[in-house]
Amino acid sequence: MAGRSRIMNPITSFSSRIVPLPIDNIDTDQIIPARFLKTTDKSGLGKNLFCDWRYDAAGNPRPDFILNQPRAAGAAILLAGDNFGCGSSREHAPWALLGFGFRAIISTSFADIFRNNCLKNGLLPIVVDAATHAELLEITRSNPAAEVHVDLAHQSVRLPSGRTVEFPIDSFSKHCLLNGIDQLGYLLQKEALIAAYEQAYPPRITTYTRE
Amino acid sequence: MAEARTLFQKIWDAHVVAEEPGCPAVLYIDLHLVHEVTSPQAFQALREKGLKVRRPHQTLATMDHSIPTTDPALPILDPVAAKQVEQLAINCREFGVPLYDRKSKHQGIVHVIGPELGATQPGMTIVCGDSHTSTHGALGALAFGIGTTEVAHVLATQCLLQTRPKTFEVRVDGTLKPGVTAKDIILALIAKIGVGGGTGHVFEYTGSAIRSLTIEGRMTVCNMSIEGGARAGLVAPDDATIQYLAGRPFAPKGAAWEAAVAAWCRLPTDEGAAYDQRVEIDANQLEPMITYGTNPGMGVPITAPVPDPASIPEPSHRSTLAKALEYMGLQPGRPLLGHAIDVVFIGSCTNSRISDLRLAAQLLKGRKVNPRLRVMVVPGSQQVKAQAEAEGLPEIFRAAGCEWREPGCSMCIAMNGDELKPGQYCVSTSNRNFEGRQGKGGRTFLASPLTAAASALTGVVTDVRTLL
Repeated sequence: MAGRSRIMNPITSFSSRIVPLPIDNIDTDQIIPARFLKTTDKSGLGKNLFCDWRYDAAGNPRPDFILNQPRAAGAAILLAGDNFGCGSSREHAPWALLGFGFRAIISTSFADIFRNNCLKNGLLPIVVDAATHAELLEITRSNPAAEVHVDLAHQSVRLPSGRTVEFPIDSFSKHCLLNGIDQLGYLLQKEALIAAYEQAYPPRITTYTRE
Repeated sequence: MAEARTLFQKIWDAHVVAEEPGCPAVLYIDLHLVHEVTSPQAFQALREKGLKVRRPHQTLATMDHSIPTTDPALPILDPVAAKQVEQLAINCREFGVPLYDRKSKHQGIVHVIGPELGATQPGMTIVCGDSHTSTHGALGALAFGIGTTEVAHVLATQCLLQTRPKTFEVRVDGTLKPGVTAKDIILALIAKIGVGGGTGHVFEYTGSAIRSLTIEGRMTVCNMSIEGGARAGLVAPDDATIQYLAGRPFAPKGAAWEAAVAAWCRLPTDEGAAYDQRVEIDANQLEPMITYGTNPGMGVPITAPVPDPASIPEPSHRSTLAKALEYMGLQPGRPLLGHAIDVVFIGSCTNSRISDLRLAAQLLKGRKVNPRLRVMVVPGSQQVKAQAEAEGLPEIFRAAGCEWREPGCSMCIAMNGDELKPGQYCVSTSNRNFEGRQGKGGRTFLASPLTAAASALTGVVTDVRTLL
């Protein structure tokens, strides 16, 4: 499996309140607008998470936006609508979500690139069926302080009712998340095979020019 | 007899370096395109780990997202953008990566320059830290966007960890009517399957209408595959592909060219190969398309009314539409035709190539845009700009009252100061109408270059067929 070097905090199990944002097709431009992508850093993006929904024109927090409410403080789970993270490939989106304090996102589906980016940064994308999603949303309405328990080793979420739902994750990503392992380590271990491939297939292009 | 395989399967199979049980495939990447926005943290990761770029000569960098579309001789005024652009130059020097900077005659939007340099070739795997990398699939390359962590993976190992996506045939048969373009095909597809319709899949576009498109038209279609949720979109190479690539700077030459062409001819999907999913679109029935909402799936034929949330039974879909119409300030039940606009943007990796500019110029020639409007024309690359200048297109645009600017992503992503003001409406040839995408509070109608040019003339959303 993957090599030893650690890049992120491992995810094993944790309990948290849920912050509901039940809007379908939330794109990464909403998660972190493009004007914040001029940074050459990964840190400091949490304050601009959902910036244009979170702050008014004068830059003041909008009290009606969920992330500005006391219930969001310290919460580690976002409950989002279907196809979360669509659009731009910007990894600044998971960096901003992590920067705010989220460790898992629950949705009925995720966009491919965003999902990949989450898995490489220790942010757990949890896919649940529509009925479970509706049940979780109902919990956030009836009992906002209720916590759910996420257990990655068992790939499960335990609801306040005691019901446990399982979620899918590929075994490789799971191993990396549980141990906080950098996937680059795994690739670097394949050096001999990569070199053999390059021997067998000469480069299909060379980008060196005289310019 | 060998198993019948799709174009995607052939490219995938030819690039698997290793595949262990329980692990994703190690996929070899032929060409890695790099730009200033999604690469600094990746180069920094290499530096911290003491790693080199494994194949700098299979890597190509340019500047497009953060740069102003004003005279490149002038300094970049935004200090944060200036630092990012400078950092790319530093990184490329330090790691030996070829860079087309703002002074290069090959600079441009990364997805415009790859094909025009002939760097994009059939059968290749191509990645870039940019979701519109799907564009390169127009030449029969498996090309998709990746995150910055993966950019570091490819820089360091020339490989990516990938689970094999499913395949999705998008069959478009028939003949496009006058005024209907490649952009309308892709907007119609996304309206049909939704922005998540292709998630987990790679599109292959097939059918007579796709075959009839120019390579640049195919790029427009493949470009927005990601807007339908598919990371990649492919068109099998054919004579048009070979003709397009012949003689381009990075295309193989001499005997290598002959060998490459022979290999490309073996790429198209075998008869009888199966796709995991498929959809059909009748090109004969297509009208010019326009979006009314806040994702690219919210599109309609330009004569059709904006849908009414009240007519949608599913609650989350209903509230999503209602929220979009509120942001857009639109009434349901009426077409967008005649809706006043403030800005027209002709540009982006979707529609900034010479054929796009020719279409717009054809309509604008000898006419004046509505004086109330700001109309920006932003060529996709220095090469496109030079070609347009050779054809006298800037004179046509300027005489009509348009701004003719330097190449870059510009108002598609609004990182560089080219942006809408809050509340403004824009008919845009770009790819995303997300809230604030073209500037905070800005409101975007996505459409073809023809629809954009027609609307520029009248100052309102216009059916180009009334002006042809």
